Amino acid sequence: MADATLQHSAAALHGPAGEFEAPLFGAYSKKVGMWLFLASDSLTFGALLFAFSYNRIYTAWPTPFGKDSIINATVMTACLLSSSLTMVLGVFAAQRGDRAWTRNWLLATMAFGTAFIVLHGMEWTKLIHEGLSLPGFPKPAGQEAGEFARISTGVPQFAATFFGLTAMHMLHVTIGVIYLGVVALRKWFLPILGVIWLAAFFLIPSDNVFHYGVHALLIGLIVSSVILFLKPKDYDAHDVEVSGLYWHFVDLVWMFIFPLVYLMSTKI
Amino acid sequence: MHDVAKHDDSKGQYFWVWGALLVLTGVEVWLGYRQIFEPVRMLEALLVLSVIKSALIIAYFMHLKFETALMRWMLVISVAGLFVIMYFFFFPDAGRILRLGVH
Repeated sequence: MADATLQHSAAALHGPAGEFEAPLFGAYSKKVGMWLFLASDSLTFGALLFAFSYNRIYTAWPTPFGKDSIINATVMTACLLSSSLTMVLGVFAAQRGDRAWTRNWLLATMAFGTAFIVLHGMEWTKLIHEGLSLPGFPKPAGQEAGEFARISTGVPQFAATFFGLTAMHMLHVTIGVIYLGVVALRKWFLPILGVIWLAAFFLIPSDNVFHYGVHALLIGLIVSSVILFLKPKDYDAHDVEVSGLYWHFVDLVWMFIFPLVYLMSTKI
Repeated sequence: MHDVAKHDDSKGQYFWVWGALLVLTGVEVWLGYRQIFEPVRMLEALLVLSVIKSALIIAYFMHLKFETALMRWMLVISVAGLFVIMYFFFFPDAGRILRLGVH
């Protein structure tokens, strides 16, 4: 009798079919949550891009980026676009329950993302060596006093907006690679990330800005460890799709940074 | 729980979108080198291309095209509206500072 009453109450609560009410947006909550986060994050990048555009229009803006920088940035763009394609293929593999190919496509996406970070890091190192710098940056040995050094002192907005925008984006790409690593490899990813962090710290010279920047990986390692040990789970197709949303957003933001920061400052 | 987004899953369309994005990137680089527009016009042209590229990414790669109309419009209208508000706050105020000569 008591069981019958309970079942009757449950039916009244969840409808005659005993099912829960359909979600408002027709999507599961994790996906809606990620969309809301991305909407808010787009405003962060929007504010940075508006600030850049204002400075670009109303300041005597230098155009120092030569052929090498533009080719490098174009290859970086191709890496991100290709990573989005491999991410989509990973989501498809997850939806058909193919775990091996899900992992393979996620690893391919991470490889493209890592290539983007390495290329961007090399670009930063080259520009800093040529004199483009911010007050807090370490001074590398043999830093040149050429065009970029004059720009850093004459138009400080250039270095501030360039490093501000690209650092924010590089941080997002790094978080994305770690996120995908956790989804693809779970706890196996933690020692890999630890080795990469230590290797990068010891191999990058101390007068390079990334000698300190690489500690972002340590923070990622700690956060990933806490998540994986406190709430261990087998990531399913929903998780892969949600991580894909984040990854595509990182790609999307670069579609604005590349033309505005690089192409609008091309040396003719 | 609602299932993972189900839609026309032909993979070919994603390769087409990827190709289109690479071609549009090539057009941007070409415009950047040719400098056929003055800076403000150039900024507008590159922004239009960027908006087209981002629309392709959002619609296809992020699957928003295949979500419900309510979710689609809620996201697009709210984000676009906030950018418009940001624009009207940012640029006129920055221009005012410029006209007053406050540096």
